[in-house]
Amino acid sequence: MTYRFDFGAVLDRAPELLWGSLGTLGLALAGMLLALVIGILGVVARTSKSEITRTPVIVFVEVVRNTPFLVQIFFIYFALPLMGIRLNPTVTAIIALGINGGAYAIEIIRGGVESVSRGQIEAGFALGLHKTDVFRLIVLKPALRAIYPSLTSQFIMLTLTTSVCTSIAAYELTSAAQRIESDTFRSFEVYFTVTAVYLVISTLMMGLFALISRHYFNYPTR
Amino acid sequence: MGPIGENEFFFLMQGLKWTVLLAIVGFIGGGIFGILIALLRTSKTKVARTITAGYIGVFQGTPLLMQLFVVYYGVALLGIEVNAWIAVAIAFTLHASAFLGEIWRGSIEAVPKGQTEAANALGLHYVSRMKDVILPQALKISMPATIGFLVQLIKGTSLAAIVGFIELTRAGQIISNQTYRPLLVFGIVGAIYFIICWPLSHAGSGLEKRMAKAAR
Repeated sequence: MTYRFDFGAVLDRAPELLWGSLGTLGLALAGMLLALVIGILGVVARTSKSEITRTPVIVFVEVVRNTPFLVQIFFIYFALPLMGIRLNPTVTAIIALGINGGAYAIEIIRGGVESVSRGQIEAGFALGLHKTDVFRLIVLKPALRAIYPSLTSQFIMLTLTTSVCTSIAAYELTSAAQRIESDTFRSFEVYFTVTAVYLVISTLMMGLFALISRHYFNYPTR
Repeated sequence: MGPIGENEFFFLMQGLKWTVLLAIVGFIGGGIFGILIALLRTSKTKVARTITAGYIGVFQGTPLLMQLFVVYYGVALLGIEVNAWIAVAIAFTLHASAFLGEIWRGSIEAVPKGQTEAANALGLHYVSRMKDVILPQALKISMPATIGFLVQLIKGTSLAAIVGFIELTRAGQIISNQTYRPLLVFGIVGAIYFIICWPLSHAGSGLEKRMAKAAR
């Protein structure tokens, strides 16, 4: 017996897929923002002189980067209620994504900050630039440009990782797909379609990031 | 709450066995196809370059979990009777081949052009030029990134749990449901992954630092 594909059953549920996609984008965006905040705070603590603030950050980064996201999200999902914090699965997922992305962001941002050489800062002061201008033009912009490629590809990875949040029933595209699958039994068609949607999302994000880069970082380095 | 005793620990170890096997099969299978992808991606034929670029793009632009689902249900549609283990192993092999192919494409292109020109000048044909001159150097360049991907792959095998395959994370879920001690169980499971992944990550970044120093 040959299998007859039926994508119609999936396309009938297109509105749900659209809402799921928006859920995925929301999770990704909130996760990225939290990751950035954790990343910046982490770098401040990581580059400080005191060992008491440095060591916990190093341990945090190593633990997060060497364990699977699925285990992390389960751990957080069960740990929060024990700490007396009751949140819905979607908010829990954002926290897990932020923590996971934050650990990678710390390493990326640290590399960028370290890439700015002292001599350039001193040269800026010698030219009589104001302190804020030195930070804005000599420290921040080149550092941002240096970390931009790795940070944005990390963001795209984070967006793809949101699909794992279905395991705690957060609201996003993969959980929408699983609902449609259990109603229609069209497993292959559902997941094939949703995979294509993810490909569109990540391709659009890549295009957007490239556009931003061309607009803001379009100047020669040497 | 139930205790975490010998039986529970043994069950986790059974799961760990499948995690390790899955990672090894995915890495070796992905390595074999990955070399092929890398060679086609750097070949002179435009069609081969375009197709492999698309293949890599699709695997890098979609979630691993979706790749698992599509392959898992796709293989079943082919009408071949395969068990979950084979289906999942195929998915990880395809996934790894795309990522390793892209890593190795970069390393092949990082080998100085003069090496290819010298090999041509010596009259070496394609196979010998690749096998004896380019690939050994590319392999060395790719080591940090390759080890980095191996860590990604080991962590990625945890997603097989969502498809229902009983590896370490799924074993942890089952024990957690039986004993009502999720934090302890997932703490142990996380620690096991860490014990495997951390030395690899450490070796990879150590290698990267040493190579960066040597290049200076």
